[in-house]
Amino acid sequence: MASIFGRMRLALIAIIATVSLAYAAADRNPLANDPKAAKAGEYEFRINCALCHGLGAHGGGRGPDLTRAQKKHAHSDAEMFQVISNGIPGTAMPANGTNGQGVGMTDEEIWELIAYIRSVEVKAPATPLGDAAHGKELFYGSTNCSLCHMVEGKGGRLGPELTAVGGSRTRAALIDSVRNPSRRLAWGLTEPTKEFPQEYESITAVTADGTEIKGVALNEDSFTVQVMDASEQIHLLEKDKLRSFQKSRESLMPPYDATLLSDKDLEDIVTYLVSVGAK
Amino acid sequence: MTKRLCLLFIAIGLIVSGFPAHAQVTFERLLNSAKEPQNWMTYSGNYAGQRHSALDQINLTNVRSLTAKWVYQTGATGKLETTPLVVDGILYATGQDDRAFALDARSGRPLWLYQRQIPADIRPCCGHVNRGLAILGDKVFLGTLDAHVIALDAKTGSVIWDIAAADYQKGFSFTVAPLAVKNLIVIGVSGGEYGVRGFIDAYDASTGERKWRFYTVPGPGDPGHETWEGDSWKFGGAPAWNTGTYDPQSDQIFWPTGNPAPSNRGEGRAGDNLYSNSLLALNTATGKLNWHFQFTKHDEHDWDATQVPILIDANGKHLIVQANRNGFFYVLDRSTGKLISANAYGKTTWSSTKDSEGRPIANKNASPTLEGHTVCPGALGTTNYMPPTYDAQTGLFYVTARDQCDTFSTAPQPYEAGHAYYGSAYFPSEEAEPYLGFLKAIDPATGEIKWKFQHTTPTWSGVLSTAGGLVFTGDAEGNFIAFDAASGKPLWHFQMGGAVYAAPMAFAVDGKEFVVIAAGSAVYAFGLP
Repeated sequence: MASIFGRMRLALIAIIATVSLAYAAADRNPLANDPKAAKAGEYEFRINCALCHGLGAHGGGRGPDLTRAQKKHAHSDAEMFQVISNGIPGTAMPANGTNGQGVGMTDEEIWELIAYIRSVEVKAPATPLGDAAHGKELFYGSTNCSLCHMVEGKGGRLGPELTAVGGSRTRAALIDSVRNPSRRLAWGLTEPTKEFPQEYESITAVTADGTEIKGVALNEDSFTVQVMDASEQIHLLEKDKLRSFQKSRESLMPPYDATLLSDKDLEDIVTYLVSVGAK
Repeated sequence: MTKRLCLLFIAIGLIVSGFPAHAQVTFERLLNSAKEPQNWMTYSGNYAGQRHSALDQINLTNVRSLTAKWVYQTGATGKLETTPLVVDGILYATGQDDRAFALDARSGRPLWLYQRQIPADIRPCCGHVNRGLAILGDKVFLGTLDAHVIALDAKTGSVIWDIAAADYQKGFSFTVAPLAVKNLIVIGVSGGEYGVRGFIDAYDASTGERKWRFYTVPGPGDPGHETWEGDSWKFGGAPAWNTGTYDPQSDQIFWPTGNPAPSNRGEGRAGDNLYSNSLLALNTATGKLNWHFQFTKHDEHDWDATQVPILIDANGKHLIVQANRNGFFYVLDRSTGKLISANAYGKTTWSSTKDSEGRPIANKNASPTLEGHTVCPGALGTTNYMPPTYDAQTGLFYVTARDQCDTFSTAPQPYEAGHAYYGSAYFPSEEAEPYLGFLKAIDPATGEIKWKFQHTTPTWSGVLSTAGGLVFTGDAEGNFIAFDAASGKPLWHFQMGGAVYAAPMAFAVDGKEFVVIAAGSAVYAFGLP
């Protein structure tokens, strides 16, 4: 009897070891196609991910649309597990449990989350809605986007660098940023995850000698402000030495309405940015 | 041993004892901490929780010349929330990863380092943090992320005793600085995001034996149990993760509690959910409840009441006051727990009426919904764990405050031991203004805000007041700032290069005053040139 129990115990240990190993290091989701897991994953998603990726995983102004078939950083389940566990260095995507709000998920909960993402993603890559080549031409040409924005090392410095933006923002968020640039400036994340909180607020400062400086804030604290002006000069200012200092959340970028930029041309520019961002 | 060697040892002994001995930290010293303003012997500086230093060498006239004296790099990463203790020239503090260390308070040079081996599978809510130590006798006391209480030798950092208070795998942890009272080490548990059943424990400082435990969620047969629906009390939360205060006159410990679990979903736990989000007055010897006051009944917005409650005696009244996470500043009679006043000190939308006792009560439409419902303050609250200060000289209460609204959306979730248990998600409101952060000076008598200073972004720093007419705080951009306590005018600042999540304290050694704060991964000490 004792030996049978002993053997059973060993077998049980082996099964437990296999199961926990499967949760930790599987290439494929052990909970794939399990609707209950996907449902549990939806709640995990709301709690841990929706802040940036939006309710329903459709993305938002902070994070990419995860319902897209093509994902930039994680195609396979194993890659997705790795990205969720460890974050993506150099981006706002934090490692599991380090965003300062959530408590972190167990391996099993991460697989539930992946089951959920798989359940909402579209199966085929989206066909481009616009003409990327024409979009690029507009970006560097008549629309003047590149006067202030840089893509792949070419362009201006006053506004946000946009090489990755097509991969990390939804089409809707990109369109909204062009049509209504002041509605939401380049929002940083909540404090624990924002590494560099540049929001591109508009600054007007008058120095002691009466010189007016207009530009965007590169950074700011209660006592100093670092400003880039329209000619890309950097000004390092101490607030108590200024004659006046004003900060506005009215973007320096002009709103591009349909008379300045048609829906078709805007779609081409967005398609260009998405094509670069997907690289 | 030869006779000569023996004599040599005796001689060394005489020389050693010729130096000022580091006396034991007795309960009497803690009670009479006002007599030794050079030391900072409890988390909040005194039992009243006022975080006020009677030192005035650094003052309105010379603060502009304040300079960095030393920096100690902990080597740990994450949010450094510690408030150091200083006794007789030695500084004791903790790091984010449950390290504890002792430094020469004059130079910042380390004397010893203790490093807790934290289990790899630990997932405490909101990051690995620790807020500090308690000191009593010749020991310092640490609560750990894996829910142990540990006594360390104050001279060497050696472990004297180590007891497991609860099972970390079920979500219990300690982040709080314990409070030493008489021969007891009082400590409250963290884990409201895991559906723990909260408690406050008291341990014999000499042996580690548990003397009492007060469950902040009453069990069957106990008063208050009826405020929980069905079995919801079993994982009802109400953690106790910030340090309380002590009133020697009535021999009561005041300890605040946190959110009911799940934190943002009231369905399934109908009732007031006592003693979540409450202030508890406990008998020191027995841990029995004398009275309680619940700030937010049946909370659905994660508004822990775990802010340091401060004892104030004014005009013959014995008061206890708290700037609560829900946006109201409460003044209570600390003998009875009866509410005297409650006034908003930040942006609030959740309550527009008060009950017959004067307590703000939730509007009917304030609950989270599936689609999301925006409420102010947001989940982070008008204030949070960052300790405030009360300065009897100005008669003002100084607190870090935030204006932010969040959209609360329900996400039903079954309870599973050791798993996150929120029942909801919350987001910064998309349409809201940028979040605003302030240092506010409140007159406790009227609730009126006498002055406010707006930070560039909200800060997680606590506040210190000193007899030098100064108030000190840190900001998210890394500045340590001194203000005129009367007017709120910033007088001095220093850029420390790391965000502040800790609270300042002050001490003196060799007759020289220091002001200390942790920022980034380091502890900074400032003094006059």
